[in-house]
Amino acid sequence: MEKSIVFNNRLLPYMLLLPQLVITVVFFYWPASQAIWQSFLREDAFGLVSEFVGLENYQALFAQPEYYRSMLTTVIFSTLVAALSLSIALLFATQADKNLKAAPAYKTLMIWPYAVAPAVAGVLWFFMFQPSLGMLARPLRGMGLDWNPLLNENHAMMLVVMASVWKQISYNFLFFLAGLQSIPKSVIEASAIDGARPVRRFWTIIFPLLSPTTFFLLVVNVVYVFFDTFGIIDAVTGGGPAGATTTMVYKVYADGRLGGDLGGSAAQSVVLMVIVIALTAIQFRYVERKVQY
Amino acid sequence: MANVTLRNVRKTYLGGFEAIKGIDFEVGDGQFCVLVGPSGCGKSTLLRMVAGLETITGGEIDIGGRVVNQIEPADRDIAMVFQNYALYPHMSVYNNMAYGLRNRGMAEGEIKTRVGEAARILELGAMLERKPRQLSGGQRQRVAMGRAIVRQPKVFLFDEPLSNLDAKLRIAMRVEIRKLQRRLSTTSIYVTHDQLEAMTLADILVVMNGGQVEQIGNPLEIYQKPATTFVASFIGAPPMNLMPLRSELKSQLAGDARAGEAGIIGIRPEDFVISNQTVSGGVALGLTVEAIERVGAETFIYGTRQQEMQGVAATPGELPPGEIIVRIPGAVGPSIGERIRAVAAPDKLHLFTADGRKRVGG
Repeated sequence: MEKSIVFNNRLLPYMLLLPQLVITVVFFYWPASQAIWQSFLREDAFGLVSEFVGLENYQALFAQPEYYRSMLTTVIFSTLVAALSLSIALLFATQADKNLKAAPAYKTLMIWPYAVAPAVAGVLWFFMFQPSLGMLARPLRGMGLDWNPLLNENHAMMLVVMASVWKQISYNFLFFLAGLQSIPKSVIEASAIDGARPVRRFWTIIFPLLSPTTFFLLVVNVVYVFFDTFGIIDAVTGGGPAGATTTMVYKVYADGRLGGDLGGSAAQSVVLMVIVIALTAIQFRYVERKVQY
Repeated sequence: MANVTLRNVRKTYLGGFEAIKGIDFEVGDGQFCVLVGPSGCGKSTLLRMVAGLETITGGEIDIGGRVVNQIEPADRDIAMVFQNYALYPHMSVYNNMAYGLRNRGMAEGEIKTRVGEAARILELGAMLERKPRQLSGGQRQRVAMGRAIVRQPKVFLFDEPLSNLDAKLRIAMRVEIRKLQRRLSTTSIYVTHDQLEAMTLADILVVMNGGQVEQIGNPLEIYQKPATTFVASFIGAPPMNLMPLRSELKSQLAGDARAGEAGIIGIRPEDFVISNQTVSGGVALGLTVEAIERVGAETFIYGTRQQEMQGVAATPGELPPGEIIVRIPGAVGPSIGERIRAVAAPDKLHLFTADGRKRVGG
């Protein structure tokens, strides 16, 4: 039974909600509505006059082959990053969950990458794999691999994926570890007595009991790859080569900020917003049903 | 069908702490063995060592003629019922019971028969499709039992399985567990800190304290002839009255051959009679009544001895020094502040050495 609290002062509940509401309005609803409004306008080359053009920005956007390409890039990029960062983090968390002496040190080391700003992480990875200077690029080239993320589209994609995954693993690791530790030890012991070998135990007991955590991380990771990987892409490849790593969010920036097409860029961000809202809604509706408890 | 034999079993943790200090006992085929002791005495650790959930650092555990020290829990052919039931929360009752059978590659048809049979015995038939969270505490407990019996293991292990239930249900389940065990005649080891549970369930009772066995035997034998003052105060409720054998008490026992070696005398509350007569060779205590508990069928009288009392070395469950409990049948009795004489016959006296580690005489 939920207990409902009755406030004697009618103003108090609103005052308590106010800080959160102000933040949401100022930092979300206001910019979002600005973007929607902007997406119906076209500015002249000098930014002096804005003209209402209706859906023209959207029509132009969906006529662009590059836009479809950025969508495909986003799908590939986000699937790879979400899948890899979740599965690697889960693997690490299951290892850290064992009763190892070095576990605390291991956990601390695992968490560090999360404290690195995305752009800094991007620069780190850029230098490590820079074809002529990078300390990891040189051995790769030495092994006869023509490693060149500056020119090769697949190499560039691999590099941004690796950097984004590396950045996100710590976050996922923390949550997976907490999730693993909240599974009662006796349930695991009962399954051991019930004859389940470690691998089977993982898939039939641990993984299903971890599903609330996995679901939460899936939502968070999708939002992460759609938006927060911007800094990494900007620092590592700048969307190149030849637009191979231009995801949708990067294209919003490239067209609006670098290309000066504010209306088109606003239209893109509206589309992006709709996609993310839709994805999250789908996840809540369909995936959560399969989640235990 | 199997015996379980423990030979000088030890458990030392990495830091050097010795949780189990060399334990020997044997549980015969089909017997119900109860390990009882205060919390921290090592009884759960010992059970988990039999299950294979804790490593054995010394000695041998033998199940059905096979030393299992290095054998995985899954291969020891045991089933365990945990204190918090440890049901799989994401599986239905049916799947909870079928899980262990599926892991062993049993055919679905056979699984269905076995789970159906267990559900019938435990009256879970109507709940097979439910999830554990939709069940009451007693039903969860029965599912945990069902999960153990479908496997038809050599040994059942119970780790305080009733301690999460309310008092009434606990008594009902206690009877059910005993009936079930008789019916299946599967060797069982049961851990509890509740001496009443221990007395009522056990064929063999193992009283543990500080990682060691204090006494092993038939429950009534242990009640009647406790080997140490620890056992004397732990088994039986309210606990046995223990007093140092000195001055006036000693002179009352002058004719008793045991009195020379003994340092502590124990008398169970139910062995006192309130009387003005003296029993030859027995003990009479003058008491001032401090408190009275009337529970209907019997009455507990808490009194202080009129002579000043020096405490015996305190053991768990023991009374504050000088306080004596007398248990008399019926609801009548003295009133508070009254002076009474509590008398015990010679055959009701338990005598122990001064350190409490040894029983003197029979």
